[in-house]
Amino acid sequence: MAGRDDPARDPARDLARDPARDLTCDLDGDIADDLADDLLALLLRIGDDHLILGHRLSEWCGHAPMLEEDLALPNMALDLIGTARMCYGYAAEIEGGGRSEDDYAFLRDGTDFRHMLMVERPNGDFAHTMLRQFLFAAWMHPLWDGLTGASDARLADHAGKAVKEMAYHVRHSGEWVIRLGDGTAESARRMRAALDDLGPYIGEMFESDETSARLVVAGLLPDPATVRAAFDSTVARTFTMAQLPPLEIGAGISGGRAGRHGEVLGHLLAEMQFLQRAYPGQTW
Amino acid sequence: MVAVRDIDQDFGRDDVLADIRRIAESVPDPELVVVNVGDLGIIRDLRHDDGGAVEIDVTPTYSACPATLAIELAIETAVAAAGHDVRVRRVLAPAWTTDWITPAGRAKLKQAGIAPPLPRDDGTGDHDYFARPQVACPRCDSLDTTELSAFGATACKAQHRCLSCHEPFDYFKCL
Repeated sequence: MAGRDDPARDPARDLARDPARDLTCDLDGDIADDLADDLLALLLRIGDDHLILGHRLSEWCGHAPMLEEDLALPNMALDLIGTARMCYGYAAEIEGGGRSEDDYAFLRDGTDFRHMLMVERPNGDFAHTMLRQFLFAAWMHPLWDGLTGASDARLADHAGKAVKEMAYHVRHSGEWVIRLGDGTAESARRMRAALDDLGPYIGEMFESDETSARLVVAGLLPDPATVRAAFDSTVARTFTMAQLPPLEIGAGISGGRAGRHGEVLGHLLAEMQFLQRAYPGQTW
Repeated sequence: MVAVRDIDQDFGRDDVLADIRRIAESVPDPELVVVNVGDLGIIRDLRHDDGGAVEIDVTPTYSACPATLAIELAIETAVAAAGHDVRVRRVLAPAWTTDWITPAGRAKLKQAGIAPPLPRDDGTGDHDYFARPQVACPRCDSLDTTELSAFGATACKAQHRCLSCHEPFDYFKCL
């Protein structure tokens, strides 16, 4: 038996592979505290990215420019919220404080959210929403691909599903970026305007901090250079077909990972959290 | 003698497991009632746990498929109704693929007017923009079909249209 201090043994993987555990059982405290803190931080970053973007997409329901997109946008939102639920459910077990996945979504204040700022930006027009979806998916797809080999089995297992769903998002949103960017004068103008508007928020995807650096070392995040290379390749190919200028990621606006958000998040939460705030404890 | 008795017990337990598998697999999908969970290939394994209960491994199709919980509860209810102590365990890996849908399941989908999923290696890469697999119309078998909508009424379907018989139809997306 490998001892607790054996570097070859990964406590997170041991725990997640335990056949006796199911989705609702509590962690037994065996996980190293610092690793648990970093994994928790990662789950909130990924979970909040997916929840907030999923909520933004759901705002299109009934308002999309055509029926097909009225189906597409909430369908993609559903995929994103599925990932958020996994993240929050797992985070609740790691914290062990009796919180539920709903508590993370509906009872945290804005400064407790850890998503990047791009996902909370208001939807704008259809071109804006589709370009943001494309940029997010082009980044998240290689991230999930890398996470299929994560040192944490539960994260790796989920990545195996999410990577396939995200590939479909890349294709769907990428095709719209091309249709609009290489479409009419008006659609091209709107796609370029969307790129100008979203440009300052793209860099936050690739920011690293002490937490993300430790996560890479622990095998809980893929090598950022690999993810960046895949993102750059997908974006370059797509932007060329869309007649868009090459993407240049310069200095931008960030702070979401540290809980510094825009005023727009308050408005989003006021709607998303209304029911649980006004009528606490409601369930289906 | 002890060993022989143990073997007999194991055989008995295997019969029980086979019965339970049949019961579990016969549970219909709540959103696609023409197929059952056995047809979808989402029951991955089952076993007796240490306490004598039966543990059934079920894998979701999509990570947020709203039918996931309903299916798990329906399996538990059906197996419990047959007098067994049962627990469903949700497993994510290996990730479900439409390649696991059985030939019988594919035939039932087609009969219901839903084009069954093509194999994963249909030649269109995940990122091949505007490339679409050649889906046969479930009504007239024509390959002259086109995609109407990349997403459909459930997470697992897209909407296509046949250009020969002009009927629209659902396509079970390849995953």
